[in-house]
Amino acid sequence: MAEIRNFTMNFGPQHPAAHGVLRLVLEMDGETIVHVDPHVGLLHRGTEKLAESKPFNQSIGYMDRLDYVSMMCNEHAYVRAIEALLGIEAPPRAQYIRVLFDELTRLLNHLLWVGTHALDLGAMTVFLYAFREREQIMDCYEAVSGARMHATYYRPGGVYRDLPLEMPKHQETRWCKGADLATRNAWRGGSMLDFIQAFAEDFPARLDEYHSLLTDNRIWKQRTVDVGIVTASRALQLGFSGPMLRGSGVEWDLRKKQPYAVYEHIDFEVPLGMNGDCYDRYLVRMEEMRQSANIVGQCVAWLREHPGPVMVPDQKIVPPTREAMKNDMESLIHHFKLFTEGYCVPAGQVYSAVEAPKGEFGCYLVSDGANKPFRVHLRAPGFPHLAAMNEMVQGHMLPDVVAVIGTQDIVFGEIDR
Amino acid sequence: MRKQQQDLRDRLETEFAEQGAVAVLDCDCVNLTIPVEHWLATARTLRDAREFEFAQLTDLCGMDYATYGQTEWDTERVTGSGFSRGVEGTGLGRFAWPDRPMDVNCEQRFAVIVHLLSIRQNQRLRLRCFATKDSPPRVPSLVDIWNAANWYERETFDLYGVIFDGHPDLRRLLTDYGFVGHPLRKDFPLSGNVEVRYDPEQKRVIYEPVSIEPRVLVPRVIRSDSRYADRDVEKPTDA
Repeated sequence: MAEIRNFTMNFGPQHPAAHGVLRLVLEMDGETIVHVDPHVGLLHRGTEKLAESKPFNQSIGYMDRLDYVSMMCNEHAYVRAIEALLGIEAPPRAQYIRVLFDELTRLLNHLLWVGTHALDLGAMTVFLYAFREREQIMDCYEAVSGARMHATYYRPGGVYRDLPLEMPKHQETRWCKGADLATRNAWRGGSMLDFIQAFAEDFPARLDEYHSLLTDNRIWKQRTVDVGIVTASRALQLGFSGPMLRGSGVEWDLRKKQPYAVYEHIDFEVPLGMNGDCYDRYLVRMEEMRQSANIVGQCVAWLREHPGPVMVPDQKIVPPTREAMKNDMESLIHHFKLFTEGYCVPAGQVYSAVEAPKGEFGCYLVSDGANKPFRVHLRAPGFPHLAAMNEMVQGHMLPDVVAVIGTQDIVFGEIDR
Repeated sequence: MRKQQQDLRDRLETEFAEQGAVAVLDCDCVNLTIPVEHWLATARTLRDAREFEFAQLTDLCGMDYATYGQTEWDTERVTGSGFSRGVEGTGLGRFAWPDRPMDVNCEQRFAVIVHLLSIRQNQRLRLRCFATKDSPPRVPSLVDIWNAANWYERETFDLYGVIFDGHPDLRRLLTDYGFVGHPLRKDFPLSGNVEVRYDPEQKRVIYEPVSIEPRVLVPRVIRSDSRYADRDVEKPTDA
């Protein structure tokens, strides 16, 4: 009788469903997976080593580029770590702006997640709808920092500058004018807060559209129900966090349990799944989007009522305004020292974690008192999720591997760093 | 929360004092340093004992203390010959890589740092274990206690060269196939040792020594600031 061996296949780094550069070496018995070995590191950029050679503020841009679909949450963890070592705290208005942008970032991430997950499993319409909403949020990023994606907006001490008083409007072009242009600019007549409020009020209706496409769709259910089941105890052992953990029923959300910024003052709920399969995690993330829109509304209401500074006034850490720098000697000296040497952070170590959209994003920062970090270690939420890939796809078939990669919300920027 | 952390520190001290463990509370959580012989037993107790119950390993990373506290400019003594301190500096950027002065004989160079999370007690803990002084440095593996340690230990091995005894599958994770060296060690240059390019004669990608000159854009300085003078910080080599 001929010897039958398992078939080893390469799910190569170039693959539309590989969510970046993921190389999976699959050992398969027919169509069923016997063993999966993920090869990562194809996007390793040496972020931790680079951060050791740069002053603290210069590394904030690197943090954006880690989980490149949820940018400001990464910055938030790093900036909070520096603030903890310096012993400063951002003013309340800055904290509310940070929470506002964290939740907008959560929406950005989950919209991309639902779009690409559905696209991988064959549902192409959701992708286009989700990216239409992402455009509005990226316009917010651009209005406040100048960059649609990698904003470098959070700084130790607060945020770089306050929200603008006006939202940029679409210009008239050959293809968009008159009534079309007026509809496009419908929300942009007032200030940025008006725009965000209009967006947050309209968003639940959009979310219902996505639900109507996927939630009761029998093909979607066949692809995701009972696929990639993780029990609560295994999820804890494997180091899961975020929706992966909550989809298995573990009630753990850093925004509620270890609140940071101003999450204690904000009223929201945290959805939990029951079975720990892909379908439950999908429902958890969809509901998180609804809750995020709600939080955005609450932040906008607070920000309207409470004007104030958005940066700590400590000139040893925060650069002075250009006007002050040009008129005042001390400001000039501070500007010079900060932009040549940077501030020195006292010796110590801190681990600061935030509830990023993918899970717990942590920044372990060790300083020896210098103007550059001694060690920066970034704890990416996707890292243990991808490590558990082998366990999650045991016994499933090849298309389920794609479903599991999607449900883990893998982004290689953060895994490879 | 501070009170809860102080209680944790006291309980840890009473529980693990005879193994030579040291518990310190710093600005954000309790740090417990454990000698390498007792690493596994202590970790198991931390996971299973009712009063600790650290069910999740959040993070495991390596540390290289070789250049802790080194600077490139002398800021303590500002004399009449102030400018020369930069020109005749002693830092890493002033020399070619083989000539740099570096204290690689520092007492305890490599450590493994673990962050634990207790969902039930809502607490975090930082563990530290200095690796053995052989070459390569060794630490027992925590994979059997917390499965999450698997890839984190592979990454630490890859980037620091610390061997984890008992790990089922210790191979490289982030570096290139066939990469030589451990990139995050302090004696590994920022620009690396080899660079890659496509060679039209050989019609393949080849590896060559790097052609980038090492340079420092912002010198590393430590300024002692009286505002932070009253903080007592655990020195890294306190074991």
